[in-house]
Amino acid sequence: MSIKIVYFASLRETMGRASDSINLANLDQTTLSVQDAWTQVTGLDEISTDVLIAVNQEYTSADMLLKEGDEVAFFPPVTGG
Amino acid sequence: MAEQLNIPREIRIIESLFDPFQLQKEYQASSLKERTDYGAMVSFIGNMRDFNEGDIVSSMELEHYPAMTQKKLDKIVDQASEQWAIQNVFIVHRVGKIFPGEPIMMVAVWSAHRAAAFDACRFLMEELKHRAPFWKKEQLVSGDSRWVDKNTDGYSKP
Repeated sequence: MSIKIVYFASLRETMGRASDSINLANLDQTTLSVQDAWTQVTGLDEISTDVLIAVNQEYTSADMLLKEGDEVAFFPPVTGG
Repeated sequence: MAEQLNIPREIRIIESLFDPFQLQKEYQASSLKERTDYGAMVSFIGNMRDFNEGDIVSSMELEHYPAMTQKKLDKIVDQASEQWAIQNVFIVHRVGKIFPGEPIMMVAVWSAHRAAAFDACRFLMEELKHRAPFWKKEQLVSGDSRWVDKNTDGYSKP
């Protein structure tokens, strides 16, 4: 089991891929927050205020702690309708 | 007053051109069949414009987050039904390639009285615009393409 990270729209294009996966067993730390996951996949420190976060398809904040099997989504402001 | 939860609703994400009036008619004929308790129906239809931010737009691509879209829209309908005495909600949203003049989405609300129908429809629209995971990428006549930055506040005057 691992944590799946998905990207959408302009963020997917910037990342150059639609998803990543983080295996908790391969990390030194015992807990992983959304912020940590962001740093792992992007190499960047802060999550820009223009990036929205959802964990298991529910909006959440960067300090949420993740568990095995979670799906984290990072995306720009939504523009439907 | 808190209203009922789990009101009947249909949420449809579609990839092809649709006729909003035809779908409303069909929905009403099947889901509100033989009902005579609704006194109001309000619907909003969003169409694709051929201009945005001073440029002429030739088409656009609508992307979404399939696993989240239905879930989020369902939640927005629940929130509306907690605030207003609405009876039925029908939401249709296009994804994929869309051309100017085509409908992008539709929200229809049925209730006993007009106030709830008007207010809930407006709420559903604004929530959908700001919370539902859809993104538009515009193709300009100049050949450039660009992602739409963000949706504007629907309550501010143009």
